[in-house]
Amino acid sequence: MKKYKWLVPTLYIIFLMLPIYWLINMSFKTTTEIINTYSLWPQKFTIENYVKIFTDSTWYMGYVNSITYTVFNTVISVAAALPAAYAFSRYKFLGDKHLFFWLLTNRMAPPAVFALPFFQFYSSVNLFDTHIAVALSHCLFNIPLAVWILEGFMSAVPKELDETAYVDGYSFGRFFFKIFVPTIAAGIGITMFFCFMFSWVELLLAKTLTATAAKPIAATMTRTASTSGYELGLLAAAGTLTIIPGAIVIYFVKNYIAKGFAMGRV
Amino acid sequence: MNKTINQKAWYFVIPVFVLVAFNAAIPLMTVVNYSFQETFGNNVFAWEGTRWFKQILLSDRFHAALGRQFAFTFIILLIQIPLGIAIALTMPKKGWGVPVCLILMSMPLLIPWNVVGAMWNIFALPDIGFLGHTLNSVGFDYNFTQQPGDAWFTTILMDVWHWTSLVVLLSYAGLNSIQPAYYQAAEIDGASRWATFRYIELPKMKKVLTLAILLRFMDSFMIYTEPFVLTGGGPGNTTAFLSIDLVKMALGQFDLGPAAAMSLIYFFIVLLVCWVFYNLMMKNEAQS
Repeated sequence: MKKYKWLVPTLYIIFLMLPIYWLINMSFKTTTEIINTYSLWPQKFTIENYVKIFTDSTWYMGYVNSITYTVFNTVISVAAALPAAYAFSRYKFLGDKHLFFWLLTNRMAPPAVFALPFFQFYSSVNLFDTHIAVALSHCLFNIPLAVWILEGFMSAVPKELDETAYVDGYSFGRFFFKIFVPTIAAGIGITMFFCFMFSWVELLLAKTLTATAAKPIAATMTRTASTSGYELGLLAAAGTLTIIPGAIVIYFVKNYIAKGFAMGRV
Repeated sequence: MNKTINQKAWYFVIPVFVLVAFNAAIPLMTVVNYSFQETFGNNVFAWEGTRWFKQILLSDRFHAALGRQFAFTFIILLIQIPLGIAIALTMPKKGWGVPVCLILMSMPLLIPWNVVGAMWNIFALPDIGFLGHTLNSVGFDYNFTQQPGDAWFTTILMDVWHWTSLVVLLSYAGLNSIQPAYYQAAEIDGASRWATFRYIELPKMKKVLTLAILLRFMDSFMIYTEPFVLTGGGPGNTTAFLSIDLVKMALGQFDLGPAAAMSLIYFFIVLLVCWVFYNLMMKNEAQS
């Protein structure tokens, strides 16, 4: 039985790769070929679809917009969550447990519930169709998650570290940035990974809060699919390109993923 | 860890509190506001009391959507949790296989949700998709856009494809935290493979598994984009889960009152289940 153990993950990975392969396969075909012939690989290999995306600003700006608000959101979430997570991991204070649960309830709130009120709210403060509106709205689920993960990492650091630093005459600020933050660097990396991930993949809120100036790539795709018939080749190429930023991020954090999951709570 | 009482810790929490309150409390109050009123457009509202709540709670449409939602969540949990554990147990523990497995397995998690839907749509189309074409050529009459059974099968398969890796990563991390001494002790005692799993590995994974179930419950209960792109809730309403039905009501038909009441009931159900899980989790943590 031990001999065939590798079969399970191998089969699973093949299952994971099949739809991705199919998408990439389609992206190198012309739309006519996709509709008229069924083939496991492109008969007439073309990069026309990719050329179109990289030369048409409505397409490539979609990527720029998505990356912009995702980065904004990651920075805001982690910056706000760092001190809060420290407070939750080190101190008891009035209402701490309730506050923690309340934060988590926001991670549980279905975005569909918030779509319409968000639209009205961000329109009324003149932030509609800006990157910052999407970044702020994604804080709804990313901040609770960031606090949750960081709290797990910080609780794993013994309190003696703080006390020794104070005895050595460190001020709180110097201790926090010079000693504490480097100690939990892996945790911050993992947290950023998750914030990036959930902001990058979310569409409902991003689509509701944007029109043209900050439209995410994923929304550009839905529009094209419905108006100009069904340009499958183009759709497939755009989809393939959305996988790349994620793949790059995974490559950088690969050594932390397993360790990070174990240390923190997520 | 023994924590010191310090009320000044609130200052550290303020940025988070403000940002989340800004995002959660104000929109939530808008929803509460709508749920008790009738709108006539142009900002004219009339008080309706609990009428919408009664209407939603008694409507067949809501019951049907809720039933579909629970069935879907239950099925995917039943598949993903055992499958995830099985894959984590058989994954390599060291060597070049580890990063390869981790990178490839994380891929589906980082694909935007509507791309996941679009990808599976192309993949499952009966005439030009690999899955649809293969199933049809071996004799199944498969067409997910017309037959409810096939639509369910495809939606569930898509979710398994999309999220099982999360369970795998969590279980794998739990398994990694077990010291080799435990396995050596089991070997000396002559424990069977099953006994090792049942009494060493499973208890060690309890914490991460509770978390996996919690996360999978929450996210599958809120699922919107993927089935919306894949099936659009169809054929008919057979795959219209709660979120899809809600958005249809709120943005499609602009029935703000009933949609708001439904939102609150929906949110309340999620909250209730998660509260139970959260307490279980905290109890586990207090014990260990």
